Amino acid sequence: MPEGTLCNKLTVDTKEHLDSLLADKSGKVYYKEMNDLEVNQKALWGIIQKTFRSRFKTWLEICAHCGLCAESCFHYTANNGDPKQVPSYKIQSTLGEIVRRKGKVDNDFMQHCMDVAFAQCSCCTRCGIYCPFGIDMGIMFSYLRGLLFSQGFTPWEMKIGTGMHRIYHAQMDITTEDWVDTCEWMAEEYEEDWPGLKIPVDVESADIMYTVNAREPKHYPEDLAEAAILFHLAGENWTVPSEGWEETSLAMFAGDWAACKMQVETVYDAMERLKPKRMVVTECGHAYRATVLEGPYWAGRKSGQTPVESIHYVEWVAEALRTGKLKIDPSKKIKEPVTYQDSCNYVRNGGLGHFAREIMSYVAEDFREMTPTKEHNYCCGGGGGLNGIGRYREQRNIGMKVKRDQILDTGAKLVISPCHNCWDAIRDMEEIYHMGIRWTFLKPLLISMVEVPEHLKPEE
Amino acid sequence: MYELLTGPMLWLSFTIFFIGCIVRLVMYFKGLSWQMDRVAYKEHMSYGAKGAARSIFFWLIPFGTRSWRVNPFFTIVFFVFHVGLILTPIFLLSHNILLKERWGFSLWTMSETTADLLTIGVIVAALFMVLRRIALPEVRFLTDAYDYLVLLIATAPFITGFMAFHLVPDYNFWLILHIICGEIMLIAIPFTKLSHFVLFFASRAQLGMDYGIKRGGMKGRSFPW
Ligand code: SF4
Ligand code: SF4
Repeated sequence: MPEGTLCNKLTVDTKEHLDSLLADKSGKVYYKEMNDLEVNQKALWGIIQKTFRSRFKTWLEICAHCGLCAESCFHYTANNGDPKQVPSYKIQSTLGEIVRRKGKVDNDFMQHCMDVAFAQCSCCTRCGIYCPFGIDMGIMFSYLRGLLFSQGFTPWEMKIGTGMHRIYHAQMDITTEDWVDTCEWMAEEYEEDWPGLKIPVDVESADIMYTVNAREPKHYPEDLAEAAILFHLAGENWTVPSEGWEETSLAMFAGDWAACKMQVETVYDAMERLKPKRMVVTECGHAYRATVLEGPYWAGRKSGQTPVESIHYVEWVAEALRTGKLKIDPSKKIKEPVTYQDSCNYVRNGGLGHFAREIMSYVAEDFREMTPTKEHNYCCGGGGGLNGIGRYREQRNIGMKVKRDQILDTGAKLVISPCHNCWDAIRDMEEIYHMGIRWTFLKPLLISMVEVPEHLKPEE
Repeated sequence: MYELLTGPMLWLSFTIFFIGCIVRLVMYFKGLSWQMDRVAYKEHMSYGAKGAARSIFFWLIPFGTRSWRVNPFFTIVFFVFHVGLILTPIFLLSHNILLKERWGFSLWTMSETTADLLTIGVIVAALFMVLRRIALPEVRFLTDAYDYLVLLIATAPFITGFMAFHLVPDYNFWLILHIICGEIMLIAIPFTKLSHFVLFFASRAQLGMDYGIKRGGMKGRSFPW
C-alpha cells in the first residue's frame, strides 16, 4: 500500500515525525504525496460499519431535498447561491456517496471529500437548525473528517496540529517548562502596575482553575497577564495547572479522535489533581466546545460532564459583573456603537449567548446586535480550522463576506469577539476588505473600564 | 376486486404500515449511542425530554421557527400539504363508514366540504412543490426522480379519491385506483423516504435532546428554534 513519507495514514507521535512535516513548507511535498495515497477501502468500510449509526443513517436517508438548508449556510450565500454549496448536496455527494459505495472510493474522491469537508463546511451546525428534520450537516462533516483522517486525507496544517496535541498536549510546541516560565514572566512583567499580581501555578483546591488557548502563551502572552489582572481585581482564588492547561483541539477539527481524547484527559487529570471548585476557559470558542462540551464523551464520561464544573470566560465575566466583583466605571463605558460576534461553538452549540448580552449591558451604551444574532448567527467564516489552512485561503476569504456584511450593517466600528478563531477571521477580514473596523477580546476592554479598588492601585 | 382490496389487502397494508413504522422507530432509538452521538441521553432525561418536546413542538407550528418564518411561501405550502395529508384520510366520512363496516368502529368525521377543501389543498400544494422543485435552482439541483416518486405516491390517493367522488360516471374505476394508491402509500411509508412520517419525530427529538442536554439546554435558556 503506497504511503508517502509525510502524507500517510500514520499518526504523528514523535518529534522527528513532526519536524519533518514542519520542514515541508506549505505542505508542498505532503500534498504531492497525497495524490498517490491509496485508500484502504476495507478499513474505511470497517469504521463506517462500526460508527455510522441510526442518527446519521436517518439523516442521509430522509433528507427531502427541500433546500431549506441552502440559505442557512454562509458558504452558499457568499458564493452567490451556488447550488454546489447547499449543505444537503455537500454531504450527500461526499459522506453519502462513501456510504452508498460501501467505502469503495478512490484517491480522487477522498481528496474531493477533504476539500469539501474543510473548505466548504466550518462545522458551524447552522444548517441543522434550519432543516425541518434537524439534519445537522456540521456534525456529519465532522464525522467525515474523522473518516478522512483515518485514511491520511487531512490538510497539512491539521496533521501538524494533531501531532502537536499528541506530543506537546497543546496545539503548539509549548512544553510544561515554557508554559510555567511564561506565567512567571507575565506576573513579573505586570507586577509593578498591579501590586500583588500573581499567576499561581498548581495550587490545590483553588476556586478557579484557569485554562487557555496555546496561542496565548505563544503569541499573545499579555492575554494571560490580563486574565491574571482581572482575577486579581475580582479577588479570585485561582490557579493554572502546570500540565493540562490547554483547552483547544485542532484534533477535533482534523477528526483525530484518539488525540482528542488524549488532549482533554490532560485537562481532566489536572482537575483531579488540583481539585479546583470550577474551571474557567479562556475566550475561545472551539476550546470550550472541545474540552467542556465534547470532551467528556471522548473521555468516556457517561455524565457528559467535565470532572468539575467548567465555565466559559463570558460566564465568569457576567458573574463577576453581576455580583460586583468587577465594577465598571460608568464614565468609561463604550459610547460608540459596538457589536458582538457570537461564536458558533459556545453560542449556538453551547447556549451562552445570554451571558454575552449580560456583559454588554454593563459595558456598552450603544450595543448593536447583528442580524441574525445569537444562536442564529453566522460563522465568522474561519471556523472549523479553516483559518489555519493555506490550501483553502481563497475559499475562506470568499466565505467571510457574509460576516463582513453583517458587521457593516450594524453600523458599529468596534466588534467584541471573545473567540480566537472569530478574532483572527475578523482581523483578516479587515485586511482583505478594508472595512475600517476594530476588534477586541473582552479582557483588554474590561481592564480599560474597570474600577480599581484603592488598595490594589500601584503606589505613586 | 373491491372486496379483496378493502378486505385482506387493507389488512395487509395496515399491518405492514403499523409494524413497519414501529420497527423504524425502534431501530432508530436503539441505534442511538450516548458516546457516539456524544449526548448523555440517559443521564439527563428531563433536560432531554424538554429539549425533544420543544424541538418537535415548534416545528409543528406554522411560522413557529425561524426557518419557517424566513420561508413563508414554502411554510404555507408545506403545512397545507401535510395537514390535508394527515387529517383527510382519518376523518373522511366514507373511510369511517368503511371502518365501521369492517372493523366495527368509527371516528369523528368531517363535512364533505371540508374534506374537499383539504383534498384540493393537498393537490394544489403538491403542484406548488413540483413547481418549486423546478423553479428554484438550489432545489432543482438537489432533486432526483425519487423525490417526484414519493410525492406522487403521497398525492395519488388524493387525486384518485377526488376523481372518484366527483366524476360519478367512472366511479368504480377511480375508486379501485384510489384504494390501490392508498394501500401503496401505506406500504411505501416504512420503506421509503416517506418514513419521515415517523422519523421526523425521532430525528427532531434527537436534535432536541442534543440541544437540550449538551448544546446549551442546561445553561438556563432553551433553544430558540
Ligand atoms: S433542509 Fe434538511 S431535508 Fe431539506 S434539503 Fe436540507 S438537509 Fe435535506
Ligand atoms: S455546518 Fe455550517 S458551514 Fe457546514 S454546511 Fe452547515 S451551515 Fe454550511
